[in-house]
Amino acid sequence: MKSSTAVDAVQAHEHPRLRELKFTLGRIFRNPSAVIGVVLLTFFVGVAIAAPYLAPPKYAHAPYQMPHKGFSPTPKAPSERFIMGTTSGQYDIFYGVVWGTRTAFKIGLFVVGIAGLVGVTLGVVAGYYGGWFDEILMRFVDIVWSIPLLVLAMTIVVAFGRGLENIMIALALIEWRWYVRVIRSEVLKLRNQEFVQAAKLMGVSDRKIILRHILPNSIYPVLIMGSMDMGSMVISASFLSFVGLGAPKGYADWGQMVALARNYIVGPSHDPLQFWYTIFFPGICIVLFVLAWNLLGDALRDAFDPKLRRR
Amino acid sequence: MTAYIIRRLIFLVFVLFGVSILIFGLLSTFSPERRAAAYVTTPQQAENIPLIIKEYGLDKPIYVQYGKWVQQVAKGNLGWSLVAARPVAQAFWNYFPTTLELNLFASPIVVILGIWLGTMAGVHRDSVFDHGTRIAAIVGWSLPTFLFALILLMVFYGYFNLFPPGILSSELSLWVANDPTEFIRYTGMYTIDGMLNGRFDITLNALSHLVLPVITQVIVVVALLMRVMRSGMIEEMSKDYIITAQAKGADFKTIYTKHAKPNALIPVITVAGQLVALSMEGSIAVEVVFNRQGMGWWLAESATQLDMPVLMCVCMFAGLVFVISNLIIDIMYAYIDPRIRLH
Repeated sequence: MKSSTAVDAVQAHEHPRLRELKFTLGRIFRNPSAVIGVVLLTFFVGVAIAAPYLAPPKYAHAPYQMPHKGFSPTPKAPSERFIMGTTSGQYDIFYGVVWGTRTAFKIGLFVVGIAGLVGVTLGVVAGYYGGWFDEILMRFVDIVWSIPLLVLAMTIVVAFGRGLENIMIALALIEWRWYVRVIRSEVLKLRNQEFVQAAKLMGVSDRKIILRHILPNSIYPVLIMGSMDMGSMVISASFLSFVGLGAPKGYADWGQMVALARNYIVGPSHDPLQFWYTIFFPGICIVLFVLAWNLLGDALRDAFDPKLRRR
Repeated sequence: MTAYIIRRLIFLVFVLFGVSILIFGLLSTFSPERRAAAYVTTPQQAENIPLIIKEYGLDKPIYVQYGKWVQQVAKGNLGWSLVAARPVAQAFWNYFPTTLELNLFASPIVVILGIWLGTMAGVHRDSVFDHGTRIAAIVGWSLPTFLFALILLMVFYGYFNLFPPGILSSELSLWVANDPTEFIRYTGMYTIDGMLNGRFDITLNALSHLVLPVITQVIVVVALLMRVMRSGMIEEMSKDYIITAQAKGADFKTIYTKHAKPNALIPVITVAGQLVALSMEGSIAVEVVFNRQGMGWWLAESATQLDMPVLMCVCMFAGLVFVISNLIIDIMYAYIDPRIRLH
């Protein structure tokens, strides 16, 4: 291709790292799924930031508490006043959906942040140094690994007491096991490569080798996983909320809103889908939020995979 | 091989020991009264909590408690389940068949469908079919199990009035409960018991209650299998032996079914452990939404009622299933792929 050689010539003067970053970004956005993902995410970020303007809180000290007009358990259809209707307990669905976006980001960022940080730190140290620490850590991971996420999360939430914070803590306490395994196997591949050996021979400190050479080369699988996890952790948290282990009733949380809708998924016999809006709005939010992160993760995988990258 | 299996069995004991310590440690955050429930076996005992605290040393240091707990478990005493209102060990045999039944129906469909879809997508790479399944897989991943189950229930039960939730219609389950002599629960699975007792109406009724749960379970698990099979197929199809086969003029179908597919199955086996874990998690959501009294339902119900002995039992059981299935998977792996030698 003629044009690309011309571009290469111009880019040759740029810093190689900058050029590589530009190439990666170009690679990511060539993928339509990444574009859809980023658009969806921008939308959700916008909603989360603008929440106080979109749905002004009724109680300034507790903005996450959904306002409700009355206590009737029967949902009311969308109207001028409540544009998405009200769910069981007369909670305003629009309000819950808007503030629930903030809850979802809180859950995702907290769980993935903590799990990623802990997992990557432990995994890099274990993989790089090996020895008894590696052995003990990996046997411990084997133990935690043998219990399915939801089973263990339920147990931890019950032990710590129910609530959204404890759901987040429980998920973070379990999810790090993935990051340890993923980054450790990457580090093991790099540890004995020539460039690391060369750095060692030159007397570069272990800390610098890890931070400058090992980490930048092994972090990509973690980024892909983190993106996917942002979605799957929100699914897990909303399921735990749905079961009834989450925040107190009326907290703006998509999982709880689905739980409130649960008794109304089947309406009266003359109009079985009468209460569609109770499940549709919180449901579509969860699906689109998770879809956005999954699309992004999928695009990152294609962009970072060395086998597919230069094609 | 035998030495390897023995070593893995020792590892299994180690993992179960670790799991029990982990769960026991979590439980120590509870008050002695709460933990006493883990040792109760009859309703009468439940009234004598202080006595139990004394007997099992629940106010003593944790290692003493752990020792006493292991002694009790070894005797088969797993505690009292509030939700089931009977001892945990007894309740287990009541709930386990329901979950087993769900997975017995779902797993073969998952395996057959997943491998077929993955093969087709891999062989016809970048075709409409490939992109279609790719989009379906991403959307499937983004759809929470419980939400998908609710939507199925809303459409099929609410709108079309087909496939009701539960395990059996209320009249039939009443009849079964009232006449324990006429309908013998050999396996605890209504579809099989119905046939064994010659009551095919019960089998059919149970099957109609299984349709939506099985669909949900299949959709949850099949995406992962399909994607791994697809990438395995793509990798194999680009290898030299495929080109050789093409060069000698073998027909295309023979090439991918006889040559590429068996090799593409090898990476699938490595994620089989993950599939088992996915099935276990899927069962929880499916049973909660469709109101099927199985292990998953029991776990969720016990969690909301802070029923610790049940949580402990389910954690240990899940660990056991996971480790044993991984052992089987590893052995299969060596059997299928002669290049792998187990040490």
